[in-house]
Amino acid sequence: MSQRIVVDPITRIEGHLRIEVEVKDGIITDAWSSSNMVRGIEKIVCGRDPRDVWAFVQRTCGVCTTVHALASVRAVEDALDIVVPPNAEMVRNIMASALYMHDHVVHFYHLHALDWVDVVNALKADPKATSELAQSISSWPKSSPGYFSDIKKRITKFVESGQLGIFANGYWGHPGMKLPPEANLMAVAHYLEALEWQKEIVKVHTIFGGKNPHPNYLVGGMACAINTEDPGGLNAERLAYVGKLMKEGKEFVEKVYIPDLLAIASFYKDWGAIGKGFGNYMSYGEFPTNGYRDISSFKFPQGVILDRDLSKVHDVNHRDNEEIREFINNSWYDYSGGDEESLHPWEGETEINYTGPKPPYDYLDIDKKYSFIKTPRWKGKAMEVGPLARVLVGYARGNEEIKAAVDGVLSHLNVPVEALFSTLGRTAARGICAKLAAGWGAEFYDQLLLNIKNGDSRMANTERWEPETWPAEAKGVGFMEAPRGALGHWIKIKDGKTENYQQVVPSTWNASPRDPKGQRSAYESTLIGTPVANEELPLEILRTIHSFDPCIACSVHLYDEKGKHISQVRNLSACEF
Amino acid sequence: MKFATYMAAYMGLETSVVGQVAKRLENTPRVPVIWEHYQECTCCSESFIRSDHPIVADIILDKISLDYTLTLMAASGHQAEAAKHATMEKYHGEYILCVEGSVPLGADGNYCCIAGRTAIDHLKEAAKGAAVIIAWGSCASNGCVQAAYPNPTEAVPIHKIIKDKPIVRVPGCPPIGEVMAGVIVHYVTFGTLPELDRLNRPKAFYAKRIHDSCYRRPYYDAGLFAESFDDENAKKGYCLYKVGCRGPMTYNSCGTIKWNNGVSFPIQSGHGCIGCSEDNFWDNGPFYERVSSLNSFGIEATADKVGKGAAAALGVGLTAHAVAANVAKRKELKSSIAEGTRNEKNVTEE
Repeated sequence: MSQRIVVDPITRIEGHLRIEVEVKDGIITDAWSSSNMVRGIEKIVCGRDPRDVWAFVQRTCGVCTTVHALASVRAVEDALDIVVPPNAEMVRNIMASALYMHDHVVHFYHLHALDWVDVVNALKADPKATSELAQSISSWPKSSPGYFSDIKKRITKFVESGQLGIFANGYWGHPGMKLPPEANLMAVAHYLEALEWQKEIVKVHTIFGGKNPHPNYLVGGMACAINTEDPGGLNAERLAYVGKLMKEGKEFVEKVYIPDLLAIASFYKDWGAIGKGFGNYMSYGEFPTNGYRDISSFKFPQGVILDRDLSKVHDVNHRDNEEIREFINNSWYDYSGGDEESLHPWEGETEINYTGPKPPYDYLDIDKKYSFIKTPRWKGKAMEVGPLARVLVGYARGNEEIKAAVDGVLSHLNVPVEALFSTLGRTAARGICAKLAAGWGAEFYDQLLLNIKNGDSRMANTERWEPETWPAEAKGVGFMEAPRGALGHWIKIKDGKTENYQQVVPSTWNASPRDPKGQRSAYESTLIGTPVANEELPLEILRTIHSFDPCIACSVHLYDEKGKHISQVRNLSACEF
Repeated sequence: MKFATYMAAYMGLETSVVGQVAKRLENTPRVPVIWEHYQECTCCSESFIRSDHPIVADIILDKISLDYTLTLMAASGHQAEAAKHATMEKYHGEYILCVEGSVPLGADGNYCCIAGRTAIDHLKEAAKGAAVIIAWGSCASNGCVQAAYPNPTEAVPIHKIIKDKPIVRVPGCPPIGEVMAGVIVHYVTFGTLPELDRLNRPKAFYAKRIHDSCYRRPYYDAGLFAESFDDENAKKGYCLYKVGCRGPMTYNSCGTIKWNNGVSFPIQSGHGCIGCSEDNFWDNGPFYERVSSLNSFGIEATADKVGKGAAAALGVGLTAHAVAANVAKRKELKSSIAEGTRNEKNVTEE
């Protein structure tokens, strides 16, 4: 007999996500992914100054803060044919590298670890044995028996207080928890260390962008002017500060995150065969080293892999009307062309029409539309995006650096390359990306210093700052490989104002509902076949869903005008005034 | 102790009270906290975990019991909602309700549902037994970006729904991490809310305009401005008023506490303030256009008037910054800085 399980809210993510699954004989046979929160940012930016839009769309997400700002300034620069100075490109790259480190570490410890680490079981650990374990996998200095003894005492006191706070009702003692007490204690100690560490690495954003979350960006470059001879500019002290932070960030990734990841993964190798999905992967690539338009200069290459075939990588063209298109057949929207229609983001429409159940409700009406997320497809195919996709694309493109990093992890875990197509693979790939980004961050930093040393102090190109210098009409695309995967912003500018704006973000690709052909997107697809030990406890569902690092506020960005029906839609533009 | 000293100093307490603060911080039983998430981007939660003093691990392990938050809690689904309900029952009248996000009124509240129930429903339920309600960030305080024109989901701040209880508003997109921690620790330490202004913002953090605490203020007073980004004046760190800085009309602690443990703040990093802690700031643009109400001002003689005007317009009693510079000195200041001849002696003589 099959049973429907609902998990809502999915916690330890950004945004509001609901998962419903059918379970038969302890195995998930079908799944539905739904987001039930919407704000309407794309509608709100229409009619506004394109130079302001980065700030609005940055508020799409405060977890992967910066990515939407960067995609937005790139879209506007692309539309207006603005080339940013090399220093600005490097500063943006350094900020993005810092984000990769921050985002992946925080995901691993604070959003994902509690699916694998049993906090209560850590109280049974022997601090001395924990110290031996920690020292056997890393030279990280905080690893003495006394250190782990203190952590154990602190957690014991916390648990004995009876107020379990964020750990209340967790999945402690679940049969799926496989770590020995010592590994659990080590992970809990590093959970706390990572919580303290994460507030440091973001200071890179504060120095260049003034604050974090939500540092400032600028169309044409960056606002942090370089002046090595004045206290008001980006001078030697500020640059040294960045250098220190990047170095410490890299050290934490290499000495804490990666060793922990490998140690924990070695107890969960069975998850290398769970959460496979359909096997199509897409990466937009990231870290330009010779300008945004020279894709060949990207550190993470761009491309598409189909059916897990690593022998062939397909190119992506964001401007091609036939490649990336969004459906709404299962989403709470109307298109003027009907529910079976799909639209390229430049022509995107966003007319909400909520037809879901009336709250309070127990189940979604899955025979009808069931999510606020649209369904994007690349040449009609569902795509998985994220760390695994970008690592696979790099691997398949034959990138030596990426290949070496991947092979290193595979040989350490003693698993074949096929194990990457899984929940475990996604989680491992995230670590690989953080490690690569940490290394590249150091390169970008050196390059920035070299540029300045060579006398280049330009940080912003303001030649086309004034709207008078713009064409009457222009359109652009700003894509980036965000930590969570392929992110694209499409803008149309008319008479100095934003005429249309669309975002197709990583979690839109992964978390979306089925398309008109019934093809499932990544969350729904990867859950099928997952074993569930106890239908009351959704631990296995969380493991696979968290392996994607959901960012749901990102994926929903439509608008509504109450009571407005399809017959009242005037034309295809989403941004009429 | 370092934190206690800092907080005590910040809240204007006598040194003798510092020991008391520290003791209270160590011994207070952990206050239950329910942290709701509605229409938001989670930047407030992210900012909260950036707090340096106290660090967030110390807050959640030693000072509060964070019993419900979608961002960090281990439990999901039924287990998460059960944890929240257990706290609402067991600690009725005692818990702090923190709200991150605005609430959509459109489509009967269907634009934000959690566990099959609307945000309106969740908010009303959680507010009932709360001892204190804190509106984190601009979303919960003033609606923020989703409430910007044309406000497609009819997003409203929480005080539009909960009207029978005082709500502490901690605006900003996001608020500074140490400010968020400071508000929580004030309550945990003293058992009362910090003193609030007429807009229900903690005076300790929102009593001053950024303009009045900005280290670039002397350039404003002297009429020295960046004319465009990355120009010679921008490189010299001149005032960003002409490229749209909202510092003159924004009340926040960015110029004093600064961001991420005092590392910098937007103006220091070369970008004007966008006014993110002010009501309706998204519709007060375009961001790079100089503040229109200050448009006519040209030299420092009128700057003081301008400052007073902005303060009065916001209805907050505030001692306007006393402008010390004068026109005659402007050229001298400018050239002495340019030539590197300005030093302590010059300043004293000025």
